[in-house]
Amino acid sequence: MSTGPVSTHSEMTAPIHEMGVAALAGALRGGRLSAVEAARHQLDRMRQHQALGAFVAVDEDLTLAQARAADARIAAGDAAPLAGVPIAHKDIFVTAGLPTSAGSRILAGYRSPFDATVVRRLAEAGAVTLGKLSCDEFAMGSANENVAVPALGFDHAVPARNPWQTDRIPGGSSGGSAVAVAARLAAAATGTDTGGSIRQPASFCGVTGIKPTYGRASRYGMVAFASSLDQAGPMARSAEDCALLLSAMCGPDPDRDSTSLDRPAEDFSLRLADSLEGLRIGVPREFLGDGVAPGVRAAVEAALSEYEKLGARRVEITLPLTQLSIPVYYILAAAEASSNLSRFDGVKFGHRASNYADPSSRKSALEQMYESTREEGFGDEVKRRIMIGTYVLSHGYYDAYYLQAQKVRRMIANDFQQAFKHCDLIAGPAAPTVAWKLGAHGDDPVADYLADIFTLPASLAGLPGMSVPAGFDDGMPVGLQLIGDYCAEARLLNAAHRFQEATDWHLRKPAGF
Amino acid sequence: MSLSSTDIARIASLARLRLAPDESQRMLGQINGFFELVEQMRSVDTSGVEPLAHPVAAVEDITLRLADDVVSEPNNREANQRSAPAVENGLFLVPKVIE
Repeated sequence: MSTGPVSTHSEMTAPIHEMGVAALAGALRGGRLSAVEAARHQLDRMRQHQALGAFVAVDEDLTLAQARAADARIAAGDAAPLAGVPIAHKDIFVTAGLPTSAGSRILAGYRSPFDATVVRRLAEAGAVTLGKLSCDEFAMGSANENVAVPALGFDHAVPARNPWQTDRIPGGSSGGSAVAVAARLAAAATGTDTGGSIRQPASFCGVTGIKPTYGRASRYGMVAFASSLDQAGPMARSAEDCALLLSAMCGPDPDRDSTSLDRPAEDFSLRLADSLEGLRIGVPREFLGDGVAPGVRAAVEAALSEYEKLGARRVEITLPLTQLSIPVYYILAAAEASSNLSRFDGVKFGHRASNYADPSSRKSALEQMYESTREEGFGDEVKRRIMIGTYVLSHGYYDAYYLQAQKVRRMIANDFQQAFKHCDLIAGPAAPTVAWKLGAHGDDPVADYLADIFTLPASLAGLPGMSVPAGFDDGMPVGLQLIGDYCAEARLLNAAHRFQEATDWHLRKPAGF
Repeated sequence: MSLSSTDIARIASLARLRLAPDESQRMLGQINGFFELVEQMRSVDTSGVEPLAHPVAAVEDITLRLADDVVSEPNNREANQRSAPAVENGLFLVPKVIE
């Protein structure tokens, strides 16, 4: 049993939930705070704000056991970088200790026999898990409205709510992660980004999030949506905090993830303070066109001016296929999803329909069981994407849709390489607007798809991207998106950190939290 | 190009999805709405362009690794079957397939 350091938290000025990852790690290592105290405080706070719908699974005993173990590690002099820091995981990462639903009825109550690599790496770095966070079903959504499992404190599925204005969506699919960080329910959270699912909710909730280069973080144990796009990354309240988490999360996983990059783990905190003197920031003209809300454009322009004050130089560039990234992405992601989700058949795990036999059907009992299970288990958006994916992969349509999309994908990636001849990183809005009202897109999935336009290009190219708080429009946060060349995460975090030293957008917090 | 309700039924069957009639109808409209977006992509001249699967292959050679052909996994049958809907004697149960 841990004896843990004696709490002297009352000597500190900031409440525990106002402390970021770096501050918490320092206080924990310095014996000014115990991991158990930090965990208890955050668990209480999570219950107090459960109306936000951010959490979907919690196990206080498990969390406190992890916290006691962290206190013991610290007492024993083990300087794990995140020892005792309470974080939470998007419910798309499988966890042995907590159920994993991926937001879907078809996985309700599912318990994984193992931890995702990212979860394991963060645990090895000492982080304590507060629970699992709400997300769109199988990460398919831009609003966190496609959730099919109940949030903590609810007996029915609810979308997570944006703490800045609770009648607005938090963005998605890592909506619960963004809400938890913005509302100070956790110092940081994991997210995943397939077409913008870290950057867009980070933007909408006023937090900092980074998606690394495709292949940097292992996909092992991330419930698969679109395998050639899915990437894990951290969401936190500063670039400095994201760097700490990302350093723990990334690294090769050759035995478990066939597309894991053969690049050693890296300390992304080392270059945070580098000068931005002479940095060339490319601004794609397609990212500031008519479709961008005036308030968003103004915030991005102001951020670019701030960068010029920091010594950076603005360069006009073009990414001419930006508009096409929407159909290309939604073809490829749907195709990969239809294949990945074929494993949900009511046999090996998850839900199985109880009444499926229709004597009038020509289909076998097994086929009827598959169909009824999938009908009951999947939500509307997931079914739509499975349908689109199945169609574009079917005989006679594969070349015209799937293969054509993969070719345009290469053209989009090549355009980025052209652009990086003229600039060191790329900046623009993370999304054309701020967060919209719950239900505003109604029954029009294409309206959600169109709103992903600025995050999709970097996803298709597999480039690292992040969103950094950069102002407000209509009282709602605006995120500045930064896109780097392959494996340039350190440079992105450096640019974000210097911006956050010069501005206080990332320190603003929603009223009442 | 526009899909018909017959197409929707065929695709649903391929995808092992049962769709209620009203769901089918709604899906038809939504999927056709999506494919309007796709038309522009179809007309792009991609002659001579290689498809891109692993995105980092845009800048460097990416070869998929092969695992050594050796037993690497322990037997975790019990843990792996814990979340299965129907199991007996370590086997997954499915509805009767052979009459």
